[in-house]
Amino acid sequence: MNISMTLNPENLLSFSPLHRLQWEEAQQKTVILYPEGMVELNQSSAEILKLCDGSRQLAQLVQELETKFETTGLTDDITAFLEVALKNGWITQN
Amino acid sequence: MAGLLKTNTPPRWLLAELTYSCPLQCPYCSNPLDYTAYKNELSTDDWKRVLTQARKMGAVQLGFSGGEPLTRPDLVELVQYARELGYYSNLITSGYGLTEEKIIQLKTAGLDHIQVSIQASSQELNDHIAGTASFEHKQNVARLVKKHGYPMVLCVVLHRENIHQMPEILEMAEALGADYLELANTQYYGWAHINRDLLLPTKEQFETAEAIAQAFKEKVAGKMKIYYVVPDFYEDRPKACMNGWATTFLTIAPDGMALPCHSARELPNFDCPNVKDFSVSEIWNDSKAFNFFRGFEWMQEPCRSCDEKEKDFGGCRCQAYLLTGDASATDPVCSKSPQHGVIDELITSARTSALSDDEKPLVFRNSKNSRR
Repeated sequence: MNISMTLNPENLLSFSPLHRLQWEEAQQKTVILYPEGMVELNQSSAEILKLCDGSRQLAQLVQELETKFETTGLTDDITAFLEVALKNGWITQN
Repeated sequence: MAGLLKTNTPPRWLLAELTYSCPLQCPYCSNPLDYTAYKNELSTDDWKRVLTQARKMGAVQLGFSGGEPLTRPDLVELVQYARELGYYSNLITSGYGLTEEKIIQLKTAGLDHIQVSIQASSQELNDHIAGTASFEHKQNVARLVKKHGYPMVLCVVLHRENIHQMPEILEMAEALGADYLELANTQYYGWAHINRDLLLPTKEQFETAEAIAQAFKEKVAGKMKIYYVVPDFYEDRPKACMNGWATTFLTIAPDGMALPCHSARELPNFDCPNVKDFSVSEIWNDSKAFNFFRGFEWMQEPCRSCDEKEKDFGGCRCQAYLLTGDASATDPVCSKSPQHGVIDELITSARTSALSDDEKPLVFRNSKNSRR
């Protein structure tokens, strides 16, 4: 596992095996679960993390979301969120 | 409260205390002193019903605790059931009796994480505090937990006998590859309450240990997360206990008693409902016990008019009771409490005990002492 805190656009992004991403019916929210803790996600963060399945690099992920939501210019926002995700250990890159 | 429109937040955290049985004898155990009096443990079906009902309401974090949860023969079955319901399951264990085979079985059943407690960084002290020779086995369990892909959480309860080992404790956590390290200053309930004079470190000891832990936290940022449970006797504001009474946490004791916090059993004449008699929803929403300290109506001064009441909810009800005799009083940890002086007294009392030549011995948590 690469524990570098900087996002490398060349690397494939995976959701951390030490966390669980899950839809919570009662809260109508996607949440990240980890030892004794939980983070509630807004819809866009959840969409980004769902695509971190080890098959995409940053650019591919951005393109896919821009297509899905019929918009452009998401690179900066997505990068900023992924940096946070990496720092919190929610995703890994390799 | 009849006729008053209010919406309760649903429970998010369910602590399932499967049993009071434990091979260890830690003198700061949070189990009730008279734990031997509660003999009728819930059946597997009772637990499954409780898990289903709480999950339906929105509980998602589930702690299997005790006592030592590994002593329940149906643990794997319950873990599997919890996984099917979508819980994130935490096993809170001493590691005593945990084999590699069981670690694999639990993983297959869907257990998400194992928290192993270690009592100290040296064998001699660990085995003394635990009252059982367990140090090497615990270290081995920690390695196996890691090996089988669980997030590994190491928990060390801090008190006067081990707080000086902070540098070695941190070193041990790093060497074992802990993903999380919980440094939990003893909270003085249950057995810790009666052993307080022997367990409460001095302020200087706390400050030294905290500074070391803080520097370590920065060093391992990104690799290991540190949860530091503060020693509230040395704070001037109380902790936001349980995130507010019956807002988030639900504990079910081994005999099925439902508690808004795991110490609530200590409150006198406090009739907590049992899951054998009521559904989790009835207990959470309608029972007197769960509504008793909900919101702000119950508060006395200085809490009632305090502009911080929504931040700390008046502190801890059990601590207010244990230290002032009144469960509705302001937590005396708060410097605004008219009874704040009791905190200074107990700090002085512990310091005097530490300096005396003939300190009384620790009362270990075991069935003999429980029946006294």
